[in-house]
Amino acid sequence: MSIDLAVRTTPDEGVIAPRSLKPRTVRSVTKDDVLSFIGSFVSSYCLVYIGYLHLLDLSGWLGFGISWYVIFVAVYWSVLRVANPGYVVRDRIVAVTVCIAVTIVLIALGSTVVYTFTKGWDALSHVNFYTSDMAGVSPTASLNHGGILNALVGTVIEIGIAIAVSVPLGIGTAVYMTEVGGRLSTSVRTVVEAMTAIPEILAGLLVYVVLIVEFGVSKSGLAAAVAIAVTMVPIVARAGEVALRVVPSGLREASSALGATHWKTVYKVVLPSARAGLATATILAVARGVGEMAIPLVCSGASSFMTFNPVGAPMNSLPLFIYTAYVTHEPLEVTRAFGAASVLLAMVLLLFAATRFIVREKRSSR
Amino acid sequence: MAINSAALTDPVPRKIDPGRQLSDRVFHGTARSVGIFVLCVTGSIGVFLGYQAIPTLHHYGAHFFTEVNWEPELNRIGIAAVLLGTVEVALVAMVVSFPFALTAALFISEYAPKRLKSWLVSAIDLMAAVPPIIYGLWGFFLLMPRAIFVARWLSQYLGFIPIFHVSTDPNAGVWQQSAYTGSVFIAGLTISMMVIPLACSVMRGVFDQAPLGEKEAAMALGGTKLGVIRTVVIPFSKGGIIGGTMLALGRALGETAAVLVVISVAYGLSGHILESGTQTTSALIASNFGDATKSVLSALLAAGFVLFLITIAVNGGAAMVIRRSRSGAGTEI
Repeated sequence: MSIDLAVRTTPDEGVIAPRSLKPRTVRSVTKDDVLSFIGSFVSSYCLVYIGYLHLLDLSGWLGFGISWYVIFVAVYWSVLRVANPGYVVRDRIVAVTVCIAVTIVLIALGSTVVYTFTKGWDALSHVNFYTSDMAGVSPTASLNHGGILNALVGTVIEIGIAIAVSVPLGIGTAVYMTEVGGRLSTSVRTVVEAMTAIPEILAGLLVYVVLIVEFGVSKSGLAAAVAIAVTMVPIVARAGEVALRVVPSGLREASSALGATHWKTVYKVVLPSARAGLATATILAVARGVGEMAIPLVCSGASSFMTFNPVGAPMNSLPLFIYTAYVTHEPLEVTRAFGAASVLLAMVLLLFAATRFIVREKRSSR
Repeated sequence: MAINSAALTDPVPRKIDPGRQLSDRVFHGTARSVGIFVLCVTGSIGVFLGYQAIPTLHHYGAHFFTEVNWEPELNRIGIAAVLLGTVEVALVAMVVSFPFALTAALFISEYAPKRLKSWLVSAIDLMAAVPPIIYGLWGFFLLMPRAIFVARWLSQYLGFIPIFHVSTDPNAGVWQQSAYTGSVFIAGLTISMMVIPLACSVMRGVFDQAPLGEKEAAMALGGTKLGVIRTVVIPFSKGGIIGGTMLALGRALGETAAVLVVISVAYGLSGHILESGTQTTSALIASNFGDATKSVLSALLAAGFVLFLITIAVNGGAAMVIRRSRSGAGTEI
């Protein structure tokens, strides 16, 4: 009877529904869950504090963390066992393990960024770090002398040439694979896929042996740019192919039905609709190319003076500057290395922000 | 009337396909030549390396693969130690990175709240784009002074296992710290940092495609989150997990910058991963090409060719596994 009554009355009519008919909250966290978690957390800390630091007289934060983690899982497990069936216990233990693993990964990754910027701060806070080169500056000279301008300019020139070479080729290949096709397109796809993860040092070595040893071209920014382009083309082509493939074929068919030629369809319909994807592909490849250290090491050589000429003379770049500065093991030079690393990191961050921006732009415009 | 008569005089039906216009022929020709050009250039890396390796392999024969030392001045050149180092570093990197990449990917796709999720996805993708040289500096300056304590601990308690053996007394009051620096272990840790984001973002992409219907069905049957992951997400994404791991392995095998910064160079077949000193193929090339004579250069290219074959095999395997897996295939419901 009471159920019938409750079904017919609604809260609007001023009758409060019986408690039993309230919708059950799904996946609620009970007080028991919270307390057993906090309890295990605190008790395991206390156990480890006493056992590890005082009874066993050990030291070291890493060992402390690891034993805390192990003890915590053990305590949490035994607490959960009291009131829960086995599968719930396993679920909770795995959830806790996963969360802790992610925290470790994030701390480790975050520390990379933070550490680079903190160590590089001394160099970054000097204006001359951005406005002068290392010509005639000894590794032990104070941070008021010398800077990374030559490496910065070198990186920009090299990556500029690499973009000019690799983006048309990469996007052309992507268009060939998706729009034109043909018998060869499968082999192109296979080779391009295989080459996306080719060790960059091999591309550098190839250019070194062919251009520099065989043809006697001197070490130069151009040689490095060509090698970087060789590693970038497969990345652009592969990511570009994915971007082109998701363009709805209805658009292509509509364009053809209106009488457009294939070229007009690709140029006016397919490429513009895949613009965001293609931009992302390019930026990903550029982010990879900017950080390339092995290729400039082999192909361009490290110069300490400023040059805008990519042909005929050695040219420095940021990753190579970092490496050569690190190799000296001079404290000030290492600080410069970290400064340059911060600038490089900032460049990658900017490129990445640009990607996010473009992708978001695309989503909001739809 | 005029139109009708014209139609009657010319009864041949108009062709539906008028053939390609000039602009299309130019476009197709250009696209095809670009494709073929890229095929030639990228493909030529392999052919060229193989061609250049011939004189070396001819000269040293099988000794090239069994000789431990790299002493061009004594005409003793071999890649046994280098290959071992390459594989060891990559394996340590995989052992460390796999559990972290897997759990991080699981967390992002299954556990994280929605708002945190998009933030985490960007963070991981960003970390995958950080230049290796920066991870190298991190590994040398931040990780190494701390990791040697872990290395010492491992050698103290697990030293009876051959790979954890270190030929110095780990229990000495003033222990020899330099015996633990620049080891395979530390290089592997550094590289694992580099490949965790890479493997994680591949795995996460696959986990996200796990069929929602099947997940909901598992939950409706009373499954816990772990149950859903074990019975739906992991079986569905097996291909992606293996593929992502192999991609990371390919990257770890060929890494130059981070390894070059971290390791202390030594040639040997001891296999003690905690002990200072190792060498990898790409680091060997990077540090020896400069003063190489013609024959040494050929030897370096041969070493590069071996590395190339290994990477291609790993990548090809990864591509095949990803393609064959159920991931991305249409599902019911």
